[in-house]
Amino acid sequence: MLLEELSNAFGPPGCEDEVRRVLARHLRGKVDDLSTDALGNLIAFKRGTGPEPRLKVMVDAHSDEVGLMIISIQKNGLLGFRAVGGLGERMLLAKRVVVGEKRIPGVILAPPIHLAKEEDLERVIKIEQLAIDIGASNEEEAKGLVKLGDYAVPSTRFEILSEDGLRTVKGKAFDDRAGCAVAAALADGQYAVDLYLSFSAQEEVGMRGARVAAYRIAPDLAFALEGTVCNDLPKKEDSSPTSKLGKGPAITIMDHSFIADKRLVRLLVDAAEANGIPYQFKQPGIGATDSGVIHLSRTGVPSVTVAVPCRYIHNPVSILSLNDFDNTVALMKAALRRIE
Amino acid sequence: MKKLIKKLTEAYGPSGNEEQIREIIRAEVGSLPDEVRVDTLGSLIALKKGTGGGKRVMLSAHMDEIGLIVSYVDEKGFLRAQPLGGVNVMTLVGSRVQFADGATGVISPEKGDEMKKDPDLAKLYIDVGATSREEAQGRLGQAASFVRPFADLGRRVVAKAMDDRIGCVVLLEVLRKLKGSPHDIYFVFSVQEEVGLRGARTSSYGIDPEVGIAVDVTGSGDTPEARKLAMKLGAGPCIKVMDGGMLSHPGINNLLIGAAESNGIPYQMEVLPGGTTDAMAIQLARSGVPASCVSIATRYVHTPSEMVDLDDVENAVKLFLAFLGQPIEV
Repeated sequence: MLLEELSNAFGPPGCEDEVRRVLARHLRGKVDDLSTDALGNLIAFKRGTGPEPRLKVMVDAHSDEVGLMIISIQKNGLLGFRAVGGLGERMLLAKRVVVGEKRIPGVILAPPIHLAKEEDLERVIKIEQLAIDIGASNEEEAKGLVKLGDYAVPSTRFEILSEDGLRTVKGKAFDDRAGCAVAAALADGQYAVDLYLSFSAQEEVGMRGARVAAYRIAPDLAFALEGTVCNDLPKKEDSSPTSKLGKGPAITIMDHSFIADKRLVRLLVDAAEANGIPYQFKQPGIGATDSGVIHLSRTGVPSVTVAVPCRYIHNPVSILSLNDFDNTVALMKAALRRIE
Repeated sequence: MKKLIKKLTEAYGPSGNEEQIREIIRAEVGSLPDEVRVDTLGSLIALKKGTGGGKRVMLSAHMDEIGLIVSYVDEKGFLRAQPLGGVNVMTLVGSRVQFADGATGVISPEKGDEMKKDPDLAKLYIDVGATSREEAQGRLGQAASFVRPFADLGRRVVAKAMDDRIGCVVLLEVLRKLKGSPHDIYFVFSVQEEVGLRGARTSSYGIDPEVGIAVDVTGSGDTPEARKLAMKLGAGPCIKVMDGGMLSHPGINNLLIGAAESNGIPYQMEVLPGGTTDAMAIQLARSGVPASCVSIATRYVHTPSEMVDLDDVENAVKLFLAFLGQPIEV
């Protein structure tokens, strides 16, 4: 499964080459052109079958994931680090990671409960006080394996949790490898429009890749594909959950970065209803996606975001439903076929 | 002019939902411009061609207003909302809002006796009179604006959405009174300013102006215990020097000051800590544009009752006419 390969790939912001390689291998032969731009965006072009002039449709999914960067190598061989993108420190204790080009395995330190003081159990240990332990006995040994500026990501492996029902899978980086896998699946279809699949770099640090990709492509309209927040765990109050697992692709009306084009929201809703595909609206006002920069490119681009709902995103592990995944692919194919 | 202010301020148009206000402004613009178009994000652009030898000048006032967007509908049909733009949550309690279809809602805190200085929007809900989730479900994702009638206080007027329909009024008056300017003037009624200057950004890329000026509201320091701001109502249009997002082009400002002084138009200089306007987006378009902003000093900005002085509005129109009648060399 491409999603599995993508989820397992190492690709923090600015270091998306492994993800790009997986995607390029999958896309070769299915698209008319594949290129990588200056910021590391992989752009696949699939020529439309309609008469010229054809609309240019950009489908964006970001290839990076939230990660860590090594900023110090201590005398005792431990590695100090900072987050690259929004990976919170409260998620990190005792997690397994891989570090650098050599993919050195390590563990983020955690004081065992025997040594913890009562107040330690109540507080979140700050990222400045955390370190990655790669088992090195001293600074010199660590420096032989890792250098400053190396990235680290969780070493979570993709796994199928349930074959039936919601068909759930777990893995890291579903935000946004789920979107990448949906976008890649679109390359199998034929559309009247010219399709540009942009696997954009550096979304998690400010939507940097998509900004220049949109400038280069100069699309007539754009879809950003995402793995978005689920907020459907048991709660007391009947207020404000965002998307729910298993309820279909989540369509964004508004988030912190943009207000979706109403015509494209309608297109998606019509495509879903005509094909019996379940869908939901993402709770407005939460998060930001590549649409935030794409819709402001040049003279403006009508844009919308569609997402596979994922539980626990921006954590070392998340869960999604393959039903939602398949329905997102189906919805995007149906929507693209409606554009001429 | 009061009639026009009433018409524009009472219209519905939260960010991203400017269709209704755009049609009202399009009707007001009429056949005065040489070209009228709506760009990709929805800004209305009216071009009045010059007599020749002038610059491409972009004037921008935003059509959108702050509001709320429905983020959740509960079992009993009560709505929860997220802000569209910089909503002052304190002013929401007890307010009414309206939707694009004219439906009205009332905003209430969950527990009135627990109201504190800075209430949390998450603890407020909108009651649209629905009695079930099914009845109100269609409101999810819809935007609401304040409801508050225009009030004529004599030389001063008060309304919701004075920010920035008063700027739209200034542009419309300038368009009507403009005669014999050498410049090609693009009157831009922009969208989505309140959520990040988005309309002005793409409009200015498209227009590629040589000079840009926004017309917007600014704060005033002339109310009891107000923060220290030099701007006050009735002292003339404000020529912006700086705000939270830009430093105005000194050459443009000198021309504005010169136009005011040689025509006996009162003006004040504006330094606003925080906040910004479409001028920032214009200034940073493509390879950069000399830009400034003419502001109307306004009390109670981002509340449902924003107050301006009509003298300032009239003098802003005169200032633009004087500025646009002269060559612009910066």
